[in-house]
Amino acid sequence: MGARIPSALVVAALCSVASFGVVAQEKDDAAKGIEAYREALKDGNPAELFEMSGEELWRKPAGPKNVSLEKCDLGLGAGKVEGAYAQLPRYFKDTNKVQDLESRLLTCMSTLQGVDTAEYVKARFNTAKKNDLVALTAYISGASNGKKVKVSTKHPMEKQAFELGKRMFFYQAGPHDFSCATCHGEDGRRIRLQDLPNITKHEGALAGWTTWPAYRVSSGQMWSMQWRINDCFRQQRFPEPVYASDLTVALSMFMAANANGATIQTPGIKR
Amino acid sequence: MTQTIRKIVPAAAIAAALLSAAPAANAQSSWGKQADDKSFAAMLQSGFQNAGTVTTDRLKQDETQAFCSNPAKANSKAGAKKAAEVEKASLATVKYPADGKFLGDWKNGEKVAQSGRGLTWTDSATQANGGNCYNCHQIDTKEISYGTIGPSLHNYGKLKGNTEQTQRETWAKIFNSKSNNACSNMPRFGHMGILKEQDMKDIMALLLDPNSPVNK
Repeated sequence: MGARIPSALVVAALCSVASFGVVAQEKDDAAKGIEAYREALKDGNPAELFEMSGEELWRKPAGPKNVSLEKCDLGLGAGKVEGAYAQLPRYFKDTNKVQDLESRLLTCMSTLQGVDTAEYVKARFNTAKKNDLVALTAYISGASNGKKVKVSTKHPMEKQAFELGKRMFFYQAGPHDFSCATCHGEDGRRIRLQDLPNITKHEGALAGWTTWPAYRVSSGQMWSMQWRINDCFRQQRFPEPVYASDLTVALSMFMAANANGATIQTPGIKR
Repeated sequence: MTQTIRKIVPAAAIAAALLSAAPAANAQSSWGKQADDKSFAAMLQSGFQNAGTVTTDRLKQDETQAFCSNPAKANSKAGAKKAAEVEKASLATVKYPADGKFLGDWKNGEKVAQSGRGLTWTDSATQANGGNCYNCHQIDTKEISYGTIGPSLHNYGKLKGNTEQTQRETWAKIFNSKSNNACSNMPRFGHMGILKEQDMKDIMALLLDPNSPVNK
């Protein structure tokens, strides 16, 4: 991973904003410094490396059947990758389910390649199997960069996924009483210095939905939306969501449909 | 923690309530008919798994959580009456310090306020729980990395005065935040067993001690 951001640069960016006297000034400059840092990174998003390895995984014969994923139907027909991510999640007739990109990839790995996908569901994030899936999402989402989000809620199961996702979004539980809405239900809020999009509104939903999968500078990792949702629930003090479960797809449906019409900017880059 | 958590409605009761009360609940529910209680319960069950020290038992809601999980209903006219009930019941849960002393050590309070650790599935069972305070509040202005989900607490003691009444009210807010705002975003640190009594005393001192940087 030659693309890791030199830590000296991070330190410089952070220190340069810490030497002002007035607190309000410091706060603004801290935010500006981080913003400038993000801008600088856009010139060379390390996510491109993940896109390349994702494309390789897409084209390479693999699994017990030793075939590639190139015939996978992501919703626009077998093998059509361009623009497919902008229209996910969606209802698929063959599985009779609403699927997001990652649950659909599992279907294709199972049906086309004969892979036992239970191992991929169980694997921890940041291990080989999950990293393969994340790389595939980098490649496939990249092929929708610039497209408009166009997610249907017309099919009864799509409508149901949206409604269940909405209900889940507001569901409070655990020792801290947190729901998704605790952090993502109001405009202009932050955790520490991190801005929080209000996902209940179009503007906030698009800020979230259209920029994942993303390369995370702080960890040097590429994260998919499933990983993002997983870590939100961890911090909510919830039990762990099952990878690619109906629950995670429903939440994605709620976010994606709220973001309809916005322009996909994936893979993104984040703090 | 386990003691307070046990107050949470048992799973069987929830399932029964969800199933038997479904038509009535849906009549007033703002959820679409496809997000009915039965479908939702099935989705929860298949959607979560145990991890680390965290089990799916945590998905069971108490009455306050259930009430606040439907904002449209909670914010309705009927909701206002229920909210007042929740606040009254929440206030009744507050246990004031046995020795009558509300203020501990503000320096340790600052440490607890800074820490966001504890109770996630990646935390060990022995991990001391933090208060997560700076995640949502400005407190000591020297800390520039603070969140804005809650109000600024800078000058809290200076503005409120360090009277016994302020101490009791502040203690109640930290112990059970729902005691004055049914659907407050703030965790119930005492009621849910997140923080120990001494941690809460130390946070009290951070907010109210005249020597705390919060009031300088």
